Amino acid sequence: MSSTTAPAVAQKTISLPRSALRPLAVLAGGAVLLLPAFADEYWLNSILIPTITMGLAGIGLNLLMGYAGLVSLGSAAFMSIGAFTAYNLLLRAAWLPLPFTLVVAGVVAGVAGLFFGLPSLRIKGFYLAASTLGAQFFFEWLFTNFAWFSNHSLTLTISAPRLEIFGIDLRPAPGRYLLVVVTTVLLYWLATNLVRSRIGRDWMAIRDMDKAAAVIGIPIASRKLLAYAISAFYAGVAGALFAFAYLGTSDAHSFDLDKSFEVLFIVLIGGSASLFGNFLGAAFIVLTPIFLTRLVELLDLSTLFDNGFLINFEHVLFGLTIVVLLIREPDGLAQLLRGIRARWAVWPLRA
Amino acid sequence: MTARRWGAAMAVALAAMLVFGSGPAPAAGAHEGEQLYPVLTYRTGPYAPSGIPFLGGLQDYIRYVNEVQGGVNGVKIYTPECETAYSIERGIECYERFKRGYEGAPTAIFQPHSSGLDAALLDKARQDRVPVFGPGGGQAHAFEGRVFPYSFPLVLDYWSEASVVVQYIAQRAGGLDKLKGVKIATLYHDSGYGRDTIEPLRILSEKYGFEDIQIPVPHPGEQQQTQWQQIKQANADWVFLRGWGVMNPVAIKTAARVGFPVDHIIGDIWSGSEDDTRPAGAVAKGYLAVSVFPPGTDYKILQEIKKTIIDTGKSDLKDTSKFGTVYYNFGVIEGILAVEAFRTGQAKFGHRPLNTDEGQWALEHLDLTPARIEEIGATGLVSPIKVTWLDHVGGGSAKIQQWTGTEWKPLTGWIDGDRALFHDVLEQKALDYAKEKGITPRTSEDALIN
Repeated sequence: MSSTTAPAVAQKTISLPRSALRPLAVLAGGAVLLLPAFADEYWLNSILIPTITMGLAGIGLNLLMGYAGLVSLGSAAFMSIGAFTAYNLLLRAAWLPLPFTLVVAGVVAGVAGLFFGLPSLRIKGFYLAASTLGAQFFFEWLFTNFAWFSNHSLTLTISAPRLEIFGIDLRPAPGRYLLVVVTTVLLYWLATNLVRSRIGRDWMAIRDMDKAAAVIGIPIASRKLLAYAISAFYAGVAGALFAFAYLGTSDAHSFDLDKSFEVLFIVLIGGSASLFGNFLGAAFIVLTPIFLTRLVELLDLSTLFDNGFLINFEHVLFGLTIVVLLIREPDGLAQLLRGIRARWAVWPLRA
Repeated sequence: MTARRWGAAMAVALAAMLVFGSGPAPAAGAHEGEQLYPVLTYRTGPYAPSGIPFLGGLQDYIRYVNEVQGGVNGVKIYTPECETAYSIERGIECYERFKRGYEGAPTAIFQPHSSGLDAALLDKARQDRVPVFGPGGGQAHAFEGRVFPYSFPLVLDYWSEASVVVQYIAQRAGGLDKLKGVKIATLYHDSGYGRDTIEPLRILSEKYGFEDIQIPVPHPGEQQQTQWQQIKQANADWVFLRGWGVMNPVAIKTAARVGFPVDHIIGDIWSGSEDDTRPAGAVAKGYLAVSVFPPGTDYKILQEIKKTIIDTGKSDLKDTSKFGTVYYNFGVIEGILAVEAFRTGQAKFGHRPLNTDEGQWALEHLDLTPARIEEIGATGLVSPIKVTWLDHVGGGSAKIQQWTGTEWKPLTGWIDGDRALFHDVLEQKALDYAKEKGITPRTSEDALIN
C-alpha cells in the first residue's frame, strides 16, 4: 500500500465512511451473486424484495430526518408519485428504457418533494410534520379522483404493462429481485457519497444547529429544499419498485398514511443517520409479523386459544418489541451492529 | 456489561428470526393427503366487524364437512389461517406462503377475501397458474375466461347487480316499459368499487329511458347532507345506495332527516348487513338491499351446522348470536362454493387432493344445479350457477331483501341480471386489457387442454 495509508488505530476514528462502505460491499457482492441461485420464490417475493424496497424508501426519509434534521410524514405520497409516474411512462411512452423511466419517476417525485418542502423554510418540528401530511392526503385524493392517472381502469388500480430491460423479461421473481437490488445498490452508493460530500456535511450542520450553520455561510434554504427533493426522489424510485417489482398491482390506497408511518418506523428502528440501518429496520418490519405467526404455529398455541385472540396477541407482541428495542437501543439496530462489530475487533479482550 | 449482553441477545434473536421466521414450512408435513384451502382473514383492522362473523361461517361449514361428512369424498380439508388485517401486502405474503401448498397439502384454489388483493393478484396468479376466486365483487371484465383463465369472480359482479336493481324497480313500477321518466339516483362511495356501476347504469338508462343521476360520496362518508339535498332537489324516485362501512348507516339517517322514504332506498350487497342498519336505529325499518348472501337460520344446512357445530361448542364464533347473520351466511356460501369446486375436480381427477391446474379445471366446470343445492340443504341460500370457460361468473342473480327493524327478510326470489346486455362492452374491456398486457386470448382448444 502507499505511504499515505493511515495506521490501523487511526482508521477506527474515521467511523462513518468506513462503516458505510463495508456493508455496501457485502450487500452488493453477496446479495446480487448468490441469492437468486439459492433462494426460492417465497424468499425472493415475500422477504427480500419488500425488505430491500422499503429499505430504499427508508434511505430517502433518513437522508431528510437523520442527516438534515427535517421531518416528513408524506413518504408514502412521494412513493405513490413515483409509482404512478412510472406506470404512465411505461404505458404511454413504451419506447423509454426502464432505467430511464425509474429515474424520471424519481425526478417527478423529487419536484413534488421540493414543493412540499417549502414550508420548512418557515416552520419547524411538529408544524412542519403537519404540513407534510398535506402531501399525503393531497396525492391520495388526486390519484383516486382523476382516473386518467390509472388509465381509466375500472378499479383505479395500476399494474406494470411490461418490465423488461434490453429485451429481457424481468417479471419472474429473480428478474424483479435483480432489478430491485441493482437499483438499490446504485442509489445506496449515491447516498453514501452524498452524505460524505459537502452537501451531506451542510445537512448535518443544519441538523445540529441551524443558526450556527447560517453563521458559517451554509445556504440554509437551498440545502433544506435539496434535502426534500432528494428524499422524495428516493421515495419515488422506491415507490415505483414497490408497486411493480413487489406488489405487481397497486392503487393510491397502497400508499396511505400507514405506509408513511411504516417508513418512519424503519428509520427509527434501523437507526437515524445510518444508511445501512434502513435495511435492518425494513427487515425488522417485514420479518417480525411473519416470525410471530410462525412462533404461534410452532408452539401450537391455536389449541389453547382461539384465532382472534392469537392475532391480536401478535399485534401486541409486535408493538412491545418495538418499544423495548427503542428503550434499550434508542439509536436503532445500526448502533447495535456497530457495538457488536467493535467488540469483535478486539475479541476475546475488551476494548 | 448488561448493555453488551443485551446486544448479544438481540443479535441472536435477529439471526434466529432470519433463519426460522422466513421460508415456507417444510413441504413434507402433518397434513399429507389433505386438501389445502388457505383462509385469509381480517379478524383485526377496520373491517374486523364483518370479518369475524364471515370467517365464523366459513370455518364452521368446513368443520361440518370435515367432521360430520368425513371430508370431501374422504379427503379432509386443511384450513390454515393467515391474517391480513385487510392489507394488500400482508395478503401477498400469505399468497406466496400458500400458493404451492403447505405442510404436504396441495393448494387447488386461492381466495383473497379482498377486492384490493384480488386486483393485485390478477397478473401474479396468471403467471403462477393459481386460480383465484371470490364470490361477489370481482372485477366485472374478469368474467372473460379467454383473457383471465385464472380469475373467477363467481356469483355476481357489480354490473349485474345494477341491472338487478333496475329490474326490481321495474317490477314495482309495473313493467320495464314503465321505467320511462323514472328518476334513479345512485349514491356511491367514491372509489373504484363505487364507480364501477356508473357505466352499466348509463347503458341501462339508454335502453329503458329512466333518468340516471350519479352522486359521489367521498370516503368515509360521515357527512352526506349536501348529497341528500341534491337527491331531494332532483326529485329522485329511487336511490341505489352503493356504500361501504360507516357510509351506510349515515345515508339511512340522513335520508330520514331530509324526508326521503327509506323503503325507496336499495342498498348494494355491501350495504345490506345488520351492521349497516342497526346503527341507523328505527328509521332504517323498511330499507331495502340487494342480497346474494341471504341471512336467516331456517335453511336445512344451517340447522345442521347449528346441531353439530354451534350447539356442541365447536364453532369458530365466540359470540354465537352472529349465527345466521348476513356475513355468517356469506361465509357458509363461500365454503359451499369451495367444497363443490373440490367435488367437481375430484369427480374428474379422482378422490384425492387437487393441485392448482386441477383446481382451475374444477372451477371452470363448476355447475351448481338447483337439485345439487337441494341436496346440500341450501335451497334459497345459494343461487344456481354454471361456470364455463367463456363465463367465469356463472351466475348473475340476486334477491332483494328488506329490514324489518330487527332482521332481514327476503322480498323476492332470485332476480337474474341482464348480463347479455353488457356482454359486448365487458368483452371489449377484457380484450383491451389483453392488448395492454400482451396476452393472447385462449381458444376453445386451449381450454380443453387445461
